[in-house]
Amino acid sequence: MFDQLRDRLDTTFNALRGRGRLTEDNIRDAMREVRMALLEADVALPVAKAFIERVREAALGQEVLGNLNPGQAVVAIVHRELVSLMGEANETLALTARPPVVILLAGLQGAGKTTTAGKLGWFLRDRQRKQVLAASVDIYRPAAIDQLERVADTAGIDFFRAPGDDPVRMAGAALEEAKRRMHDVLILDTAGRLHVDEDMMAEIRALNAALQPTEVLFVVDSLTGQDAVNAAQAFHDALPLSGVILTKTDGDARGGAALSVRQVTGTPIKFLGTGEGIEALEPFHPERVASRLLGMGDVLTLVEEAERKLDRGKAKELEKKLRKGKQMDLTDLRDQLLQMNSMGGMAGLLSHLPGMDRLGAAAPSVDDRQTRSMLAIIDSMTPYERNNPEEIRGSRKRRIAAGSGTQVQDVNRLLKQFQQMRKMMKRMRKGGMAKLAQSLGRRGGGGPFG
Amino acid sequence: MSSANELSDSDELSAFHRLRRGLARTRAGLGRGLRALVGEGALDEQMLEDLGDLLLSADTGVEASRSILEELERRGRGAASAGEVLQILEELLYRRLAACEQPLDVSTAAPFVILVVGVNGVGKTTTIGKLAMRFRAEGREVVLAAADTFRAAASEQLLRWGERSGASVISQGEGADAASVAHDALQSARARGADVLIVDTAGRQHTHHNLMEELAKIRRVIERLEPGAPHEVLLVVDAGNGQNVLSQLQRFGEAVGVTGMAMTKLDGTAKGGILLALAAHGAPPVRFIGVGEDPRDLRPFEARGFVTALLAEPEG
Ligand SMILES: Nc1nc2c(ncn2[C@@H]2O[C@H](COP(=O)(O)OP(=O)(O)OP(=O)(O)O)[C@@H](O)[C@H]2O)c(=O)[nH]1
Ligand SMILES: Nc1nc2c(ncn2[C@@H]2O[C@H](COP(=O)(O)OP(=O)(O)OP(=O)(O)O)[C@@H](O)[C@H]2O)c(=O)[nH]1
Ligand SMILES: [Mg+2]
Ligand SMILES: [Mg+2]
Repeated sequence: MFDQLRDRLDTTFNALRGRGRLTEDNIRDAMREVRMALLEADVALPVAKAFIERVREAALGQEVLGNLNPGQAVVAIVHRELVSLMGEANETLALTARPPVVILLAGLQGAGKTTTAGKLGWFLRDRQRKQVLAASVDIYRPAAIDQLERVADTAGIDFFRAPGDDPVRMAGAALEEAKRRMHDVLILDTAGRLHVDEDMMAEIRALNAALQPTEVLFVVDSLTGQDAVNAAQAFHDALPLSGVILTKTDGDARGGAALSVRQVTGTPIKFLGTGEGIEALEPFHPERVASRLLGMGDVLTLVEEAERKLDRGKAKELEKKLRKGKQMDLTDLRDQLLQMNSMGGMAGLLSHLPGMDRLGAAAPSVDDRQTRSMLAIIDSMTPYERNNPEEIRGSRKRRIAAGSGTQVQDVNRLLKQFQQMRKMMKRMRKGGMAKLAQSLGRRGGGGPFG
Repeated sequence: MSSANELSDSDELSAFHRLRRGLARTRAGLGRGLRALVGEGALDEQMLEDLGDLLLSADTGVEASRSILEELERRGRGAASAGEVLQILEELLYRRLAACEQPLDVSTAAPFVILVVGVNGVGKTTTIGKLAMRFRAEGREVVLAAADTFRAAASEQLLRWGERSGASVISQGEGADAASVAHDALQSARARGADVLIVDTAGRQHTHHNLMEELAKIRRVIERLEPGAPHEVLLVVDAGNGQNVLSQLQRFGEAVGVTGMAMTKLDGTAKGGILLALAAHGAPPVRFIGVGEDPRDLRPFEARGFVTALLAEPEG
C-alpha cells in the first residue's frame, strides 16, 4: 500500500529541496503536485482539498523552521498534517466493559467482515487470552454463516449458529448464548450492505440498538476509491462507530481510503488487514504510516519531540551533532535511553530515526524491557569505552557483561544496534534525507507498506 | 429454490429502468453534477475546473479527466447553448465508452470456457451465479467449477448458486488443487455436452506472485485439455475500487491474458468514472455491469444506454 503516493511525494519534495526558500510561488506549485498525488492515490477530493489548505497555511506562516530548506520544511508540515489526518496514536479496542463485550462489524459487500471477524477472534484469544464467541446474522449471502463457522474454527474460538431468519432476534440469541457460556467477547458478523440501501441501513441500526455494542467497527477495503468518504459518512451517520478496520493492505492500494475514512468518521483506524490468513491483522500506527508515506523516518519530528518533551539542552546537543554529522557515541545513546519513557519508549524513539522503519529485518528491534539492561551495560563501561565503542573487544566485553549482570551476547547485541544507528546517522549526513530515503527505499519490502 | 424463470419475465421491458435505478447513485453524483454544471451556460475556466473536480471525484482519474476536459473545451467553445454543450459532452463520453462495448458471445464454442479471475471480494462468485441464471434462461447447459479451494465455504456458496440456476457444480472441497478442479470440471462439461463452463477462482491480490502463478497454472491446464480454451478470461472488478482497477487489469492481464471484464457494484457507488479511465487505457471490452444483487441486475454493458441513463433528467 502507498508505494505510488510515496514516490510522487518524493519527486515533489526533491524539486523543492533545490530552492532557496519558501515563497508563495513555490508553495503553490508544490501544493498543486501534492494535490494531484493525493487524488491519484484515491484520496477523496474534499479530503485532499482540505488537507492542501491546511498545509498551505502552515507553510506560509512558517518562520520557526526558517533555517531549513524548503523541501525539509514542507516535508515536516506534510508529515505533521498526515499524522493528524490519520489520528495521533494507535488506539486499541475497549474491552473493559462488563462481559460479554460486544463487537459489531459493519461494512460494504465484500469488504472483508467475515474474514476479519475470525482474525479479531484469533487476536483476542491469542494475545489477550479472551474467551470469544462469534455469530453471524448474514441471512442473505449464500453460505455466509458456514463461512464464519469455518473461520471461527480456524481461529480457535467458539461459534454459535443462531436459529431463525430475523437478524435482530438472531443477534439477541447470540448475546444470550455468550452470557450463558460466560464469554468475554461476542463478535457479531453482519451482511454486507450498501450505504444507500435504506432497508439494510435500518437493519444495522436496529442491530446496534438491540445489542448496544461496545465496539462498532467499520470494515473497509483499502482499495476503495473516491467513494470511500460517502460510504464512511453514511455508516458514521447511522451508527456510533468506534473504529475502522482497513483490509487488504497487502495489495497495492494507493492508500486513499486510509487517508479519507478517518477524516470523515473522526474515528480511529484500529487495525489493518494484511492478508487472508487468520493472523494477518496488525494494530494501526498513524505515525509510522505517515513516515513511511514520506519515505523516511523523520529527524525533524525527532527534534521537535525532543524539544518539546526532553531536556532542551540535551536535545539541542543531539540536534547539533546530527546536523554537523558528528558521530553519535554511546553517551548519546545513554542520554536517549534515560529520557525515553517520556517519549513513548524505545520503539517510539527508533521510529523517528531516519531509515529505521525501512530497514526491515535488519532494523534494531528493542522492547522496553531491554532498555533497562541496555542502560546497565552502558553504565558498566568506562567513559573511554563510551566514546570509542570500536575498542570494546573480548576482555572488555566480558568485564562489561559481568558488571551489568548480562551476557556477552547482550553486549554484542547492543554494540551491533548502536553501529546500525550510527551508520544511519552517517548516511543522513552524507546524502541528506532524500538520498537516504532513496538508498534505503524501494528495496526490501514485506509488510503492508512494502 | 426458484428456477431460471426468475430472469425471463418482462425482462426487456424493464431493462432500461433497472439500469436507471441501479445507476441512480452514479447519476446523482456524476450525471446530475455534469448536467447542472453544463446547464449553467457558456464554458468558462471555472466551469471546466468544476467539471474536472466532478470527474476526479467520480474515479475517472487524473489522466482521463484531463483528456475529456481538453476535448470538451476544444469542441464546446463555439457552442451556442447549454443544451448544445451537454450534447457534445454526451457524444464525447459515448464515443469513449463505446470502445469498451462488445458483448460476449458464448455460442462460438462448446463448451465455451470462461475463466473468472479478480481480487478478493469483488463479486466473482456472485457474478458467476448471475451468469449461470442468464445462460440457463437462454436454454443452455451450464457447468460451474468450484476452483476456489481456498476461501472458507467458497464451494458451498457456488453450490447454492448451482441449485438456484440449475447449473451443475463440480467441486472437490477445501484445500484441493484448484487446477485439478478445473480439469475435472472441463472433462465433465465435455462428457455432458454442456454449452458453457464457468470456472470460479479464489480472490487474490495481484501483488502476490505465487498466487498469480497458481492462476496461470489453472489456465495452462485448461488450455492443454481443450485447445482454444479458455475462450474468455473474465476479470471481475469492483466499481468502488477506484484507480487500483487499472493496476488489477495490468497484473491479471500479464498473468492470464484478460479478454473481458465485468464491473460489479455500480449500484453502490456514486462513481461510474472508472469506466472512462478504463476506456482511456485501452482496456478489453466490458462485457457486463452489475447494478444490484438481483440476478437481473447483471446486464450486458451498452455504452449508449449507460451514458443516457447517466445523464438522464433526474426522476420525479
Ligand atoms: N488479501 C487479503 N484478502 C482479504 C483480507 N481481508 C479479507 N480478505 C478477502 O476478501 C474476500 C472477502 O472477504 P469476506 O470476509 O468474505 O468479506 P465480507 O465483508 O464478509 O463479505 P460479505 O459478507 O459478502 O459482505 C475474501 O476472499 C477474503 O479472503 C486482507 O486483509 N487481505
Ligand atoms: N450491491 C452489489 N453487491 C454485489 C454485486 N456483486 C456482488 N455483490 C456482493 O459482493 C459480495 C462479495 O461477492 P462474492 O461473489 O462472494 O465475491 P468474490 O469475488 O467471489 O469473493 P472472493 O471469492 O472471496 O474473492 C457479496 O456480498 C455479493 O452479494 C453488485 O453488483 N452489487
Ligand atoms: Mg461476510
Ligand atoms: Mg468467490
